[in-house]
Amino acid sequence: MPDAQQNAAIALDGITKTFPGVRALSDVSLALYPGEVTALVGENGAGKSTLVKILTGIYQPDGGEITMDGEKVSFSTAEAASEHGVTAIHQETVLFDALTVAENIFIGHAPTNRFGLIDWKQIHDRARDILDSIGARIDPRHRLSELGIANRHMVAVARALSVDARVVIMDEPTAALSQKEIEELYELVEKLKADGKAILFISHKFDEIFRIADRYTVFRDGEMVGEGKIAETDENTLVELMVGRPVDQVFPKQDVAIGGPVLTVSGYRHPTEFEDIGFTLRRGEILGFYGLVGAGRSEFMQALFGITKPSAGAVRIDDEIAVIRSPSEAVKQGIVYVPEERGTQGTITAMPIFENVTLPSLAKVSHKGFVRMAEEFALAREYTERLDLRAASLDQPVGNLSGGNQQKVVIAKWLATEPKVIILDEPTKGIDIGSKSAVHAFMSELAGRGLSIIMVSSEIPEILGMSDRVIIMREGRIVSELSRDEMSAEKLVRAAAGIGVAA
Amino acid sequence: MMARIFKHREMLLLVAILLLVGAIELRFPGFVAPRNLVSIYNDTAILIILALGQAAVILSRGIDLSIAANLALSGTIAALLNVAFPDLPVIFLLVAATFSGAVLGAINGLLVWRLSIPPIVVTLGTMTIYRGTIFLLTGGAWVNAHEMTDAFKAVPRAVFLGIPVLAWFSLAVIALMLVILVMTRLGRAFYAVGGNPHAAVYTGISVGRTHFFAYLIAGALAGLAGYLWTARYAVAYVDIANGFELDVVAACVIGGISIAGGAGTAVGAVLGALFLGIIKNALPVIDVSPFWQMAISGTVIIIAVAVNARSARVKGRVILKKAEHAL
Repeated sequence: MPDAQQNAAIALDGITKTFPGVRALSDVSLALYPGEVTALVGENGAGKSTLVKILTGIYQPDGGEITMDGEKVSFSTAEAASEHGVTAIHQETVLFDALTVAENIFIGHAPTNRFGLIDWKQIHDRARDILDSIGARIDPRHRLSELGIANRHMVAVARALSVDARVVIMDEPTAALSQKEIEELYELVEKLKADGKAILFISHKFDEIFRIADRYTVFRDGEMVGEGKIAETDENTLVELMVGRPVDQVFPKQDVAIGGPVLTVSGYRHPTEFEDIGFTLRRGEILGFYGLVGAGRSEFMQALFGITKPSAGAVRIDDEIAVIRSPSEAVKQGIVYVPEERGTQGTITAMPIFENVTLPSLAKVSHKGFVRMAEEFALAREYTERLDLRAASLDQPVGNLSGGNQQKVVIAKWLATEPKVIILDEPTKGIDIGSKSAVHAFMSELAGRGLSIIMVSSEIPEILGMSDRVIIMREGRIVSELSRDEMSAEKLVRAAAGIGVAA
Repeated sequence: MMARIFKHREMLLLVAILLLVGAIELRFPGFVAPRNLVSIYNDTAILIILALGQAAVILSRGIDLSIAANLALSGTIAALLNVAFPDLPVIFLLVAATFSGAVLGAINGLLVWRLSIPPIVVTLGTMTIYRGTIFLLTGGAWVNAHEMTDAFKAVPRAVFLGIPVLAWFSLAVIALMLVILVMTRLGRAFYAVGGNPHAAVYTGISVGRTHFFAYLIAGALAGLAGYLWTARYAVAYVDIANGFELDVVAACVIGGISIAGGAGTAVGAVLGALFLGIIKNALPVIDVSPFWQMAISGTVIIIAVAVNARSARVKGRVILKKAEHAL
């Protein structure tokens, strides 16, 4: 382990960055050491992304300096940063589907032969070496479109390493990965550490920070508010630093009297995605669906919502057989689905707020096929007020709202249909701690009002904290069902991964 | 509704049209006489009808390149029916042309919906097929004015309350499309599907069916325009309205209808068509060479797209609370 005296691979000092109307970073310092993982934590909007962009030459700081090996450097372009060996693996990996693995790794800096043409042999050989060095068994000649998510991620990592990296920035690298893939990523991080790379690891998940980081730096509102060694801190201290106040209750789950069955699913199966799915959902209940990524949870939910067709299965709603062949029939039956990608699948940003809210409920405010605008407006007003949406007027486009308010528009839209069952797919993925507990409080409130909730989640604390009951899926089947009293993190992980119960 | 962000773009276009008319008036006094303006509007009526149909398709993130071929085929069918059965009342021929257009539009719609072929490919194919069908029906021969009945030719030219019936048709279509786009669930679905097809699916809107109805409407309007065209110009053959589909798309684009779908209004499409109509029909009158006309139309299209792109540019994320309402 390096001691504090050893020179940092890269050090930022007094970095300030201002955008019109907002100071994104103010006088922050950060040092990354060879062979060490530094975790950068902070709520969304704390300035983490701005810092990454400064480190990779996309933004120029207004003040402060960057030094490498004691010498002052400036990254005026992304190329300059990568020439200095600073490389980033981004949240959404930017890769090209139609190109091969090797082409993806070397695009932009392909080795050339003496005629200035691309040296294909060298590309393939070096791609193979890099992939081997990170333990990825991928043929460099395969097209990227043939690979799964985990392997694409490996390609992104290989691409980052192909520039002879000294400093590797990982921006929420585990967000899209399953538990098994995350383990593989940890191994990779260990390898990079052993090679003496300095790693900046940005994450919202505390368990992984404590698992792999050596140091931490906490940002709040564009300022560095704390740093130190992971071994000398604990979760509560970090959370307090992040939010600036102690978080007393992360999961505000109320106790709700659970009523009779609302939704009964039996014998749902699909030729390739899932089979034998059956369960009952009760009034006021939050039913968690846990499993690894690719266990078939979202696929089943999409079939239940009528987007895809199951080959067999029956649904009863309030003890009557319901036929759901399309999303519009599902909405009519009182089932709504809030998809995982709320940003891209939730709102129509060019449309005014009120039109977004009433889109699935237009039938209610129409007479003889014509929309009655006064009634439409009243409906939109009712539900946006209920959610305390703050907007100058309801006819401004949703695109002008902040992320949090756009979320409220999405939720208002679904509540306006007066659903019986609401399916939330990864309801808090990628949002900061403050907004997370607001979403959880709201879920709890909805359940309290008698709505039944299906919550698909890959985050164990969320499942443990919020669900009355959890169903665990693995490889397209239900493998276990646990009540709130029976649940434990260990049981969830074992069931999802198919590991037998320890003796 | 009142504060739609696109509104200022339509105002901009209206101002541009007024400036253009003013400039022509300076060089050619008497241009703004009511009779002359009516005649210019009348010359643009068919373009307006087609642009409104195309607007529905483009709003839902499609494109109909077969719209002029549909006009030609439906118009030819009406003309051939008139020649074969001179006793059929004109209203029947008008309905037949509209129906034929609707069927041809429905074919486009079904191909896009059921086979998920990209709209530009589907309509490029059907454009050729529809033109080819005219050749099969006519054997390449022209249906000439003297073969058509007088009643057939009279309808678009008849004058009612000082305005030609052709213009009345376009006014009726404007009213119809305003109602559809603003006041019906289908109209709302066009915007939703074009604005964000993924979100539309989760909202319970069938993207494919919405596309189908957009093509159906565009087709029916093309069919109606087909009768009006053959009756007005008193001729039907393979190449009528050849290349007109590009004028129609241009009218929509000039009118601020986003080629990416989801943004634009019926009023914009009408203004776009009027602008093009004035350039095409008025400039020759004041001796502007056809080459200048082409250059002017082309420049205007690029300016219109540039203006739209500017206002649609991503403004970054709204993070500051106070910025939220200032926009």
